[in-house]
Amino acid sequence: MAADTTLAGLDALDLGPARTGRDAGDRARRLWAALWPKLAAVALVWVVWELVHLTGWKKYVLPGPGVTLSNLWQQAQAGLLWHAVGVTMLRAVVGYAIALVIGAVVGLLVARIPPLRAAVGSLITGLQILPSAAWIPFAIILFGLNTSAILFIITMAAAPAIANAVIGGVDYIPPLLLRSGKMIGLRGLSMTWHLVIPAALPTFVAGLKQAWAFTWHALLTAELLVLVAGVPSIGQLFSADQDQTDMPSTIAVMIVIVILGIVVDGGFTAVNNKIRKRWGLV
Amino acid sequence: MSTTAVTQTAAVSLAGVSKVYGRGGSAVRALDQVSLTSAPGEFICIIGASGCGKSTLLSLVAGLDQPTSGDITVNGRVAFMFQEPGLFPWLTAGANVELALRARKVPRSERRAQTLELLESVRLGGFAGKQPHELSGGMRQRVALARALAQDADVLLMDEPFGALDAMTRDVLHDELDRVRERVGKSLTVLFVTHNVREAVRLGDRVVLLSSRPGRVIKEYPVPIGRPRRMDSAPVAELAAEITDRLREEVSRHGS
Repeated sequence: MAADTTLAGLDALDLGPARTGRDAGDRARRLWAALWPKLAAVALVWVVWELVHLTGWKKYVLPGPGVTLSNLWQQAQAGLLWHAVGVTMLRAVVGYAIALVIGAVVGLLVARIPPLRAAVGSLITGLQILPSAAWIPFAIILFGLNTSAILFIITMAAAPAIANAVIGGVDYIPPLLLRSGKMIGLRGLSMTWHLVIPAALPTFVAGLKQAWAFTWHALLTAELLVLVAGVPSIGQLFSADQDQTDMPSTIAVMIVIVILGIVVDGGFTAVNNKIRKRWGLV
Repeated sequence: MSTTAVTQTAAVSLAGVSKVYGRGGSAVRALDQVSLTSAPGEFICIIGASGCGKSTLLSLVAGLDQPTSGDITVNGRVAFMFQEPGLFPWLTAGANVELALRARKVPRSERRAQTLELLESVRLGGFAGKQPHELSGGMRQRVALARALAQDADVLLMDEPFGALDAMTRDVLHDELDRVRERVGKSLTVLFVTHNVREAVRLGDRVVLLSSRPGRVIKEYPVPIGRPRRMDSAPVAELAAEITDRLREEVSRHGS
């Protein structure tokens, strides 16, 4: 039948030739293209730092990059740094997970139920703006100087951000999709599950990254002020270094924090890209 | 409602339907006293210039919006195809169709086979696993058609579904739509909104001409042309010219 073959022909022309797979050399080139600017940036920081050091500015307290990195190397070989990083990361993950559950549920309810939004919508934004340090006295009085206080502070910092990410995600669902969903007969819970949640996902994941930043900021603030006796943490290390005016160790720990931040951010970016690719946004 | 009732009564019936948006001085009367009845299985094309409330009309029939006054009766299930396919970008073409089956509570064991059958019916059997963005505009609109068919609808509302497609793809899809309607195996009533007069004559059993601001039914044109039709055939062009003249007359009324 003529229409049949015409249509098949149109489809084939519309889709264009099949893309050929990438070979190993191609992948290596792409990796290098992504990597060299980062290496160059690190080199640049090193050079500037070295130059500042050479001018002799604050030379008794400000170490050069060489001394700092050898300090970092020594710390990396002892167990304390990794133990502290492990404790801090565990707190971050647990606090974030609690915030994720609370924030997602509250956000979804607020986004889908108009009276609830009118009631607590601005409260959530208010809580998000409230600096996490403001929760510290409250948490210490409530829980004492222990891990619960720290987890509480992180949760209070991240949950409003996560709730707002959900609300934003729901608000930015294209009306056409909602109309389509309604027309195929999605209602109530099935509408929420099959349409609202997946449609809100890209904005939500972008918000999750921001919430992670809130978590991380709140955690380090909390750890500096809520010193849990006998448990090493990044905050604890900072505190000890500050007491001993140990600048090389302080900077070394800061470098570790920056690296951790970059690694986690890379994880979020990877998830984000995967979703965007699935949606055809990249 | 029994199936015999469907065949005896009108599929869609509008009686004195008006729709006003806003209130007071800024109120806009989109539709004014529109009455329209379609027999089951009839293909009605609704045509008019900008501001004639064509899309409003379909939204009212679909129940997405409520009329200010008048009655709308629809016998059976309604499906809606928009100008944009409105496919869910996180689902594959197959999963998009399957979700409509699922919403209709088709048992899981039957869904896969039915999905494939529906995609075959729009000649996209081999594309079930593709994401919408991997398909062309015409293919996406066919997936949207398969999804609409998955609703087992008695009334299919189409709001300029081919408006964003190139002329050749549109022509082929006109043939496809005719063929799919024959294949459905029941009388599928279609309300098809377009601003393309030839397209309306090519597809419709009847063409309804609406005025603009407010939208009123000016005239109804039966299309006594045998199928298969072509958009560029002489009888289609002739009737289209007549309707276009009447439409221009209506449009120039707003310029003076």
